[in-house]
Amino acid sequence: MSNKVLNQEPLLRITKRDGMPKLRAWGIRGIAVILSLIVSAAVIFLIVKMNPLKVYATMVSGAFGSSRKSWITVRDTMMLLCVGIALAPAFKMKFWNIGAEGQILVGGVATAACMIYLQSLPTWLLFVVIILASIAAGALWALLPALFKAKYNTNETLFTLMMNYVAIQLTSYFVALWENPYGSNTVGIINKATNRGWFPSIFGKQYLLNVIIVAVLAVGMYIYLKKSKHGYEITVVGDSENTARYAGISVKKVIIRTMLISGAICGISGFLAVSGASHTISASTAGGRGFTAIIVAWLAKFNTITMFVISLLLVFLEKGANAIASMYHLNDYASKMITGIILFFILGSEFFINYKLIVRAKENKEGK
Amino acid sequence: MEPTNAIELQNITKKFGEVVANNKICLEVKKGEILSLLGENGSGKTTLMNMLSGIYYPDEGKILVDGKEVAIRSPRDAYELGIGMIHQHFKLVDIFTAAENIVLGLSGSRVLNMKAIEDDIEKLAQKYGFELDLNKKIYDMSVSEKQTVEIVKMIYRGANILILDEPTAVLTPQETSKLFDVLRNMRDDGKAIIIITHKLNEVLTLSDRVAVLRKGEFAGEVDTKDATEISLTEMMVGKKVDLDIERPEPHNVETRIEVKNVTCLDKYGIKALDDVSFDIRSGEILGIAGIAGSGQKEILEAVAGLQKVESGCIIYHNSKTNEEEELVGKSPLQIRNIGVALSFVPEDRLGMGLVGSMGMTGNMMLRSYREGGSFFTNTKEPEKLSETIKEELEVATPSLSTPVRKLSGGNVQKVLVGREIAASPKVLMTAYAVRGLDINTSYTIYHLLNKQKEKGVAVVYVGEDLDVLLELSDRILVLCSGKVNGIVDARTATKEQIGLLMTKLNEGGPLNEQ
Amino acid sequence: MDSLISLIQAAIIFGTVIMFGAVGEIIAEKSGSLNLGVPGVMYLGGIASLIGVFFYENSTDNPNQIICVIIALVCAFLAAALGGLIFSFLTITLRANQNVTGLTLTIFGSGVANFFGGSLNKLAGGVGQISVATTSSAFRASIPALYNLGFIGKILFSYGFMVYAAIILAIFAQRFLTKSRAGLNLRAIGENPGSADAAGINVTLYKYLATCIGSGISGLGGMYYVMDYTKGTWANDATIESLGWLAVALVIFAIWKPRNTIWGAYLFGILYWVYAFWRETNVDLGFITLHLPALTRRTQELFKMIPYIVTIIVLVITSHRKKKEYQPPEALGLPYFREER
Repeated sequence: MSNKVLNQEPLLRITKRDGMPKLRAWGIRGIAVILSLIVSAAVIFLIVKMNPLKVYATMVSGAFGSSRKSWITVRDTMMLLCVGIALAPAFKMKFWNIGAEGQILVGGVATAACMIYLQSLPTWLLFVVIILASIAAGALWALLPALFKAKYNTNETLFTLMMNYVAIQLTSYFVALWENPYGSNTVGIINKATNRGWFPSIFGKQYLLNVIIVAVLAVGMYIYLKKSKHGYEITVVGDSENTARYAGISVKKVIIRTMLISGAICGISGFLAVSGASHTISASTAGGRGFTAIIVAWLAKFNTITMFVISLLLVFLEKGANAIASMYHLNDYASKMITGIILFFILGSEFFINYKLIVRAKENKEGK
Repeated sequence: MEPTNAIELQNITKKFGEVVANNKICLEVKKGEILSLLGENGSGKTTLMNMLSGIYYPDEGKILVDGKEVAIRSPRDAYELGIGMIHQHFKLVDIFTAAENIVLGLSGSRVLNMKAIEDDIEKLAQKYGFELDLNKKIYDMSVSEKQTVEIVKMIYRGANILILDEPTAVLTPQETSKLFDVLRNMRDDGKAIIIITHKLNEVLTLSDRVAVLRKGEFAGEVDTKDATEISLTEMMVGKKVDLDIERPEPHNVETRIEVKNVTCLDKYGIKALDDVSFDIRSGEILGIAGIAGSGQKEILEAVAGLQKVESGCIIYHNSKTNEEEELVGKSPLQIRNIGVALSFVPEDRLGMGLVGSMGMTGNMMLRSYREGGSFFTNTKEPEKLSETIKEELEVATPSLSTPVRKLSGGNVQKVLVGREIAASPKVLMTAYAVRGLDINTSYTIYHLLNKQKEKGVAVVYVGEDLDVLLELSDRILVLCSGKVNGIVDARTATKEQIGLLMTKLNEGGPLNEQ
Repeated sequence: MDSLISLIQAAIIFGTVIMFGAVGEIIAEKSGSLNLGVPGVMYLGGIASLIGVFFYENSTDNPNQIICVIIALVCAFLAAALGGLIFSFLTITLRANQNVTGLTLTIFGSGVANFFGGSLNKLAGGVGQISVATTSSAFRASIPALYNLGFIGKILFSYGFMVYAAIILAIFAQRFLTKSRAGLNLRAIGENPGSADAAGINVTLYKYLATCIGSGISGLGGMYYVMDYTKGTWANDATIESLGWLAVALVIFAIWKPRNTIWGAYLFGILYWVYAFWRETNVDLGFITLHLPALTRRTQELFKMIPYIVTIIVLVITSHRKKKEYQPPEALGLPYFREER
């Protein structure tokens, strides 16, 4: 037998918390955000020797410095939020839909196709067709992994991940098909002259329609998850498939239905990105939002209101960091770096909400 | 001087929250002996042994191994002290071979020389008489083979003290006798063996000494040669305790459900229920007694449509129409709608009928959320219902929307049982409804069941505490290894009689006093 | 014939990048860590090696090629392992969700790499085009005597040493996982951490080491991409990211066996590059003549889908066949907490 000292309790023990008052939990998250902002400022300071206070000021002016900047911040927040909304029901069901990026892209491709080929339709009909087409495309992209998950329990994380790249290549194909001007390998602004299929300005605000659509979806999803029978079933399946079985819920049906909805809203996000923002399509139309939104939805615990706050925070950081980067003629990947840092902090902070550390009581140390 | 005690436990206490699982237990195990640790479910046997294997850490008391005081903080510590425990749920890696599992985690040469290792294991296996195919993958193995792997694994890493938690629960008689031969060989080799069991005949044939636990306390010990089945049963169940549970006379008794020759298989393809027949009658409480895992869960789930029935039938007698309906083949939902309610309290309390992340109101809806043609759920009725249940059963919850996961065990059970009763079923089946509850809450639940019985509901009560079963039920069905071993009148039966029926199959077929 | 040789050469170089990525990820996944930060750590490895070598080459007039190579390898491995350490700390110690943490690591890694890659020139005071020619040529040096052995020499010996290192690494990783004690313990953790813990294995330590070392190896893929594929320069495009996801795909395609990544990686390389060498042909099958049309720029894009589609098919088939040996590690992606059993 080894002569190790064995009569000691472990120094640190970790136990699960039963729960924490909401206010305190948000306090911990708040501290995490503040810490991450300090670290971000420190990183920026190390790189460009900029006064940290000035960093924050520049960030604010970069995101909200003018009416146009503010609107673009709002537009991008809405876009990110929209994808988050799409993912919420899937994640609530514990279905890891990592495929939002691809589902957005196929929605965008469907939108662009309608804008290109169906220009002659009356405006209202064109929009109806676009919406239906983008929903169908997104839903189809989500349906495949859902079917195989329900039937063979195929790993959905890996399946949806692969579907992203199939979508990206598919998009590249259409970009080459529609390229304009020839040889540029971009589609260019679609319907630049006629603005067919573009979101109209409302009250003179170019992006107000984006806000309205996403706000409707956000409220709708909130109600769907909290108040509808479907939402109820999603919660039961996500909590315990066994209880769902006891209650006579068909788990397969719920998985497929929920993923169709998730994909459909991703498709709408693609519609927003093309019709409501860039008016073009490229393999980077989704721009990594499909991945960022996963983190948004996860951190917000699928609450659409919280999702809005987190989306705004992330887009603000992106715009702010870009402002600093362009001020020093650096590139705007700085924002991704900062986003990464802040997300690491928030992810880490969840531990202190769910667990507590128990330090070994003093008297046990006497054995030393 | 070489100490003769392999293990000595002094005043070991372990609490889980309010529940005292082990209270000041003293126990010793000598080298070269087989000790049986006997006790009913929930008497604290496994908890006590888990403190030896490094899974739990005792709150109070001392553990001495080979005469020296030790602290066992992890399975690794246990190994280093030569203690090996074979859990009921095997700790094996499915896609590994037997040999790979056996050497797992051991230190030694960096590169594995499987040939040499297999030779070593082979020698060991021959010494004690194990039969083992070292290159077989665990997922291809029968339960008994897996158990062999576990035992060999422990011995290979030098265990001198071997603890087996209900090793025969999953074995056939032939496999059992093979296991016993091996264990005797090991004892003769000077190893100390502790075997946790309920089966009296095995205790008598195998062990040298028997220690009995009862409700977390040490109830005494005896040399096996001085013990009989009767004396052991008495030690295990204790003197009859008068609980003073009211028991109204049954009235309007008629057969509600007839279970005829039902056989079910578990996931390993072993018969979990073997040709089970009995009646469930209105206006009375049918108690079901048995060692854990004797088929209680399967009986209830078979009636509720959640367990596949291999053969046999389950007939429901509709009191209004006087029609008979076959329940086998109906969906769980259809059976519920007929009026058969099931509340099963699993070991973790959640996961079988409750949604941990939802509040009381949300959980009330689990039964009824489909009602009405609306797309949206109706929360008015469930809210009223949970308000009523909260008041009537005194459920302690901050609000109706507090996730039930955060409630204490007793309150979770009240929610579960309360919901099933609220559906005003014709047949109410409850399992372990008072599991882990304090006395007062338990009485609340007994009272509820009695009220249902007086209303003419057919009540089935699966319980662990024999005193309660004897005072609450009208009839008691005793299960043993998936078979009905007897149905007795609870007013005249004795505790010893039931204890025996639980542990030993009647040779002349089931006892029937009904 | 020449175009076939070129295709094979392109495929092998391409395959080497993802082989490093995949072998590293297999080691991490065998411990149960589903690190979706592979693209991120490949980015980190790529940029760290570039920066390290850049400063060395700029600091001396006669950079020594051996030192260049060592600096590149060490910088790439350490930076990527550091990425793995962030992932490990968050998921193992702080029990954050693996999927979310991995994706964050990818965002972070691509941000750091592209930021410094694009700004290095500026930050270093405008030295002009970032290029580490000495190091790159060291990485691309082949053995002339063997290279000149006709087409066999071209197919087998026209590469830098990293191509062979990748193969050796994959074989070594395979042997490590199947033949060594530590490899056995590691696999046990990925399958059933509870059993591994009960067998006395230090689950946390193993998971940390496997994830960090695995990330370091994946990072070498990023370095190889920078030093050989792009010849020691940096381009701010998303190529490393797509290669990183391809490495994740390769893990599945190889059904978690490092040995299979060797041919899998080259197959992916051929599938990826075949469009560039595709010619209009007629295949005479005797009873029927297949006309295979030339590829346009459009259809090339569809060709690039093939590796991902093949991976999906492999995923579906293995989940359908349910053969235990072909499944992902059973505890992949799940946190382990002893007291929860």
